Amino acid sequence: MDAIRCEVLAKGAEAIIYKEVWYGFIVIRKVRIPKRYRDPRLDRILRTKRTVNEARLLYDARRLGVSVPAIIDVSIENTTIIMEYIKGIRLRDKLNSMRVEEVAKIMRKIGVLIGTLHNNGIIHGDLTTSNMIISKSGNIFLIDFGLGMHSDDLEDIGVDLHVFLRALESTHTHVASICFRQFLKGYKEVVGEDKMKKAVNKVYEIRARGRYVPPELRK
Amino acid sequence: MPLVVLGIESTAHTFGVGIAREDGKILANVNSTYIPIHGGILPREAARHHTNVAHEVVLRALKEADIRLEEIDGIAVALGPGLGPCLRVGAFIARVLTSSYNKPLIPVNHAVAHVEIARLTVGAKDPLFVYVSGGNTQIVAYSQGRYRVFGETLDIPIGNFFDTLARELGLPQPGTPQIEKLAMKGKNIIDLPYIVKGQDVSYSGLLTAILRKFKENVCLEDLCLSAMEYAYAMLAEVVERALAHTQKRELVLAGGVARSKRLQEIMQCVAEEHDAIFKVVPDEYAGDNGAMIAWTGVLCLKSEITMQPEESVIRQRWRIDEVDVPWMQ
Repeated sequence: MDAIRCEVLAKGAEAIIYKEVWYGFIVIRKVRIPKRYRDPRLDRILRTKRTVNEARLLYDARRLGVSVPAIIDVSIENTTIIMEYIKGIRLRDKLNSMRVEEVAKIMRKIGVLIGTLHNNGIIHGDLTTSNMIISKSGNIFLIDFGLGMHSDDLEDIGVDLHVFLRALESTHTHVASICFRQFLKGYKEVVGEDKMKKAVNKVYEIRARGRYVPPELRK
Repeated sequence: MPLVVLGIESTAHTFGVGIAREDGKILANVNSTYIPIHGGILPREAARHHTNVAHEVVLRALKEADIRLEEIDGIAVALGPGLGPCLRVGAFIARVLTSSYNKPLIPVNHAVAHVEIARLTVGAKDPLFVYVSGGNTQIVAYSQGRYRVFGETLDIPIGNFFDTLARELGLPQPGTPQIEKLAMKGKNIIDLPYIVKGQDVSYSGLLTAILRKFKENVCLEDLCLSAMEYAYAMLAEVVERALAHTQKRELVLAGGVARSKRLQEIMQCVAEEHDAIFKVVPDEYAGDNGAMIAWTGVLCLKSEITMQPEESVIRQRWRIDEVDVPWMQ
């Protein structure tokens, strides 16, 4: 890994993201760091699993035509992935200042992307607007598949959507319901009405399963 | 004269009466816990226990505080969340006391009380709370008028996970200290499902997987070690996310499972990594207790949150994020 120039782009909860030049390309180096609070063996298992998992899912998603960073190199030993650098802004930082029509359009696009993943047995596992990058041309890129998995199970699909809805509600409170509605429109285009409805019902079922049900979900 | 409030706790296995004064002094904290002979808590059995001990617990609390009911400014009671039959006992006693002595009835949310007693006793201002007990696992912080949930269990609470596990493994209750004791003798970490979904955790799958391994005769100590390390690591991960998201500078561990030494160690580490100050609720206020209801009653009374006895219906599923906490502004 002949990095010439290297800068820390972000320090997440589980990884450090470096931006660097790698054989003339600008790339992202994502290094999963050890956690002092975990048993070292468990820590190793988790970091290795997530690195492999993320690399695999990124590859599979890209093959489906879902825009994600391309994998360039993986080191399991160093729990490191080198991937394409996507120029853009995290949706989380942009969404609240966007016009409603723009938000609607973006959400529909995201719906198509997630619908495509779900239709092909890929669960993202951490759908938040922090894990979506909006490029200059308005394209949406999905990142951070570390908590994802391969599954066709309606339960897993439901949880994926539940996590996304919850993220919208906590970070973009005032537009959350518009966002989710538009998202579902795009989602439906790919998975069809029947599967969409089943997934949405599952989301409500999952929410109602919590220890205490928020008032808006009581029937 | 500073305000004095008597608080009644009866949401689950503990019937407790506490008396708290406006300046933050706890004048009395008397608690009686129902311990089932076999299995878990039977709500009706627990309620019967509460009915039997109520009279004596109230009298002992008054004696401990050296105060008469006439001198008290309000009767606080935990109206939820909790087990219906148990909640009804506390609510009934509160209604009787408020009507007979003509005092205001103060409705208190049990979860709010857990975090408020922790905030008081550790001297925190505006922390991120990790509220872990047999009935709840929530990551909570104040934002815009209420305590908001920044992560929680999608199914069973962590204390319930340890209790059930202990029971199935043939260990006594409560489960958390039992599992922790055996875990110290464990040597190997077993491969188990690690389930974090967004900001939330899930313990039911982990429980099933461990019990399956137990039937396959995997070493008990290793099972306990793995159970504890997995369960706490999952929690630590979502706590870390919540700390990063809320940017709170204090981390406070509250609820019965806060007594766990290993969990304290882990949370201390998490706090350090995020430059937050870490504190743990003192043992006597970790589990369910009357004092926390009394103290939260003081806060409510000062904000004029009271109700008529006939309005004081119990709320088994009363979420912490449904409660306005005007004193935090």
